[in-house]
Amino acid sequence: MSSTLTGGRPGPGGYFGPYGGRFVPETLIAALDELEAAWLRYREDEQFQAELDAWLKDYCGRPTPLYRARRLADDLGIREIYLKREDLAHTGAHKINNTMGQALLAVRMGKRRVIAETGAGQHGVATATAAALFGLECEVYMGEKDIERQAMNVFRMELLGTRVIPVTSGSRTLKDAANEAIRDWVTNVGDTHYILGSVVGPHPYPALVRDFQRVIGLETRVQARQVCGRLPDVIYACVGGGSNAIGIFHPFIGDQEVELVGVEAAGEGLESGAHSAPLCAGDPGLLHGSLSYLLQTEDGQIREAHSVSAGLDYPGVGPEHSWLKDEGRARYIAVTDDQALAALARLCRTEGIIPALESAHAVAGVVAEAARLRDKCVVINLSGRGDKDVATLAARAGREVEK
Amino acid sequence: MKRIENCYENLRKSGRKALITFITAGDPGLEATPKLVAELEAGGADIIELGVPFSDPLADGPTIQLASNRALAAGTTLSGILETVARIRENSQVPLVLMSYYNPLYRYGLERLVADAEACGVDGLIVPDLPLEEAAGLRRLAASRLAVIPLAAPTTPPERLEKIVAAGRGFLYYVSVTGITGARTELPADLAAALERVGKIVAGCLPLAVGFGISTPEQAKAVAARADAVIVGSALVKIVARYGASRSGCLELRNKVAELRKALDG
Repeated sequence: MSSTLTGGRPGPGGYFGPYGGRFVPETLIAALDELEAAWLRYREDEQFQAELDAWLKDYCGRPTPLYRARRLADDLGIREIYLKREDLAHTGAHKINNTMGQALLAVRMGKRRVIAETGAGQHGVATATAAALFGLECEVYMGEKDIERQAMNVFRMELLGTRVIPVTSGSRTLKDAANEAIRDWVTNVGDTHYILGSVVGPHPYPALVRDFQRVIGLETRVQARQVCGRLPDVIYACVGGGSNAIGIFHPFIGDQEVELVGVEAAGEGLESGAHSAPLCAGDPGLLHGSLSYLLQTEDGQIREAHSVSAGLDYPGVGPEHSWLKDEGRARYIAVTDDQALAALARLCRTEGIIPALESAHAVAGVVAEAARLRDKCVVINLSGRGDKDVATLAARAGREVEK
Repeated sequence: MKRIENCYENLRKSGRKALITFITAGDPGLEATPKLVAELEAGGADIIELGVPFSDPLADGPTIQLASNRALAAGTTLSGILETVARIRENSQVPLVLMSYYNPLYRYGLERLVADAEACGVDGLIVPDLPLEEAAGLRRLAASRLAVIPLAAPTTPPERLEKIVAAGRGFLYYVSVTGITGARTELPADLAAALERVGKIVAGCLPLAVGFGISTPEQAKAVAARADAVIVGSALVKIVARYGASRSGCLELRNKVAELRKALDG
């Protein structure tokens, strides 16, 4: 029986085709080697697998449902729409799948402290949760701008015993939080594990995080066969760094009949320049340790991203997505802030589900392409719930809710 | 590249240690850079590193991050820096090394970079986020035209260090601390022992230069006892931050370098 954690690629050096690799200061190479060795060992280790599975089931509430959204489907004139309810996982998003896995790895590697970067705060909360559960010291880096727009998640992390460190450099968002986390790791590499939150960063992170997120797609395969008797025709997922998307896509990559669609954040529109869509409107380059599509200037400076959704507000993307794009195996589109907000409202009213602003982009992708999906069986990865976004939504509607 | 080799050769003959100084190119503006380089040289720097500013300098502490921001705000680009190097070369033969994160170089195009850098009089490249394995392509292109100067850290195992030294040119940049750039009041207690170990591996292959955290003459002297060169960056960048390229700033910078020089020679 093959392990659910075994995800195949990357090839030597951590490359997916031409993308990936390990572009980091020499100080980190030994730690990445140690992490890679631990990952290769434990992903084949039945005891580790069984322990992680038990935590995912009893603590995180997996498997998450594959829910048939009939009213949304009727509203859009699409035959069948299913929502993969990652919003129902403990802490409210798919991020917990990865942090539980990495925290278990950190314990196995004898690390006493973990650090993380966070944008929307979902990965930070999921890291703080796993750290509390396994008795690890935890510090989370978060851009000042995100601290403002995600105040509730900051407090949640603090409740869980984590120290949130504001990042004031650069664009004061996710990109800069990752820079600061890497600087911390370079300094404290001996006793600290860096729980990176997406399928980005130097090898082995893109593959390791993907392996922990594959559970989404593996469950979806089984559930789709049960509820619709076959595999879905199309799968939509939002793409920031791309962890929820790769998690649901990956087990379907070999099934050529299943179309995979990643939805990036077009922000105020691709032509405005204020967006977070490196796959749709960027070029290959290096950020945070890997070669991948990127928002950058003519001179190779990293451009600031823009999205209403803090979790998608990132100028880079995971290298495996870049490879899937070039290979034509996945298709990437982008929807604007306004489209995402409209889709969020539509899902609230038709299904009684408030999705995260990130996940609303996946829904908006389906809304945008509804005309070509009429007779299809569509799965949307609903990667997180929207409670954290209520203050942002209220502010946009010109209302104030108590923080 | 010849200029770096000659520099070490001459120092070896006279029994002296090299002083390598770093400033960020284009801070506070590119027009200031030739003037500041002249001051560093006049103060007694043997090799000068020019930092190429980058939006996301993840191996750097606050001092060099801010210098990078100032240089970018002044419109500094890699092409502009190369032109500036050509201007400096009109009246200086001091070895010049560019220290750049990989993305600006990658974006410029590696082949074009090697050709232009060589033509402008650049002697070497230090790329802090381009470890041994990923640097193979750049090393092949640079061959004997530009030195691709490798870095090693306290966390680098001995077998790996041997490979790094074998592939490197110019000198070995040994990172003294497990951390990011920036002045420190104290260097790691085990640095002397580490330099002893590293020294044995690099001996006869590459000169050993030590950087990160070194800011005072005392620190420079202590490190130079166990290395061929000492690298000072943030301490000089702080002077530029404070005084820019003003007359008093230039004097301050030259004096600081002369002080370090004296400690190495004394």
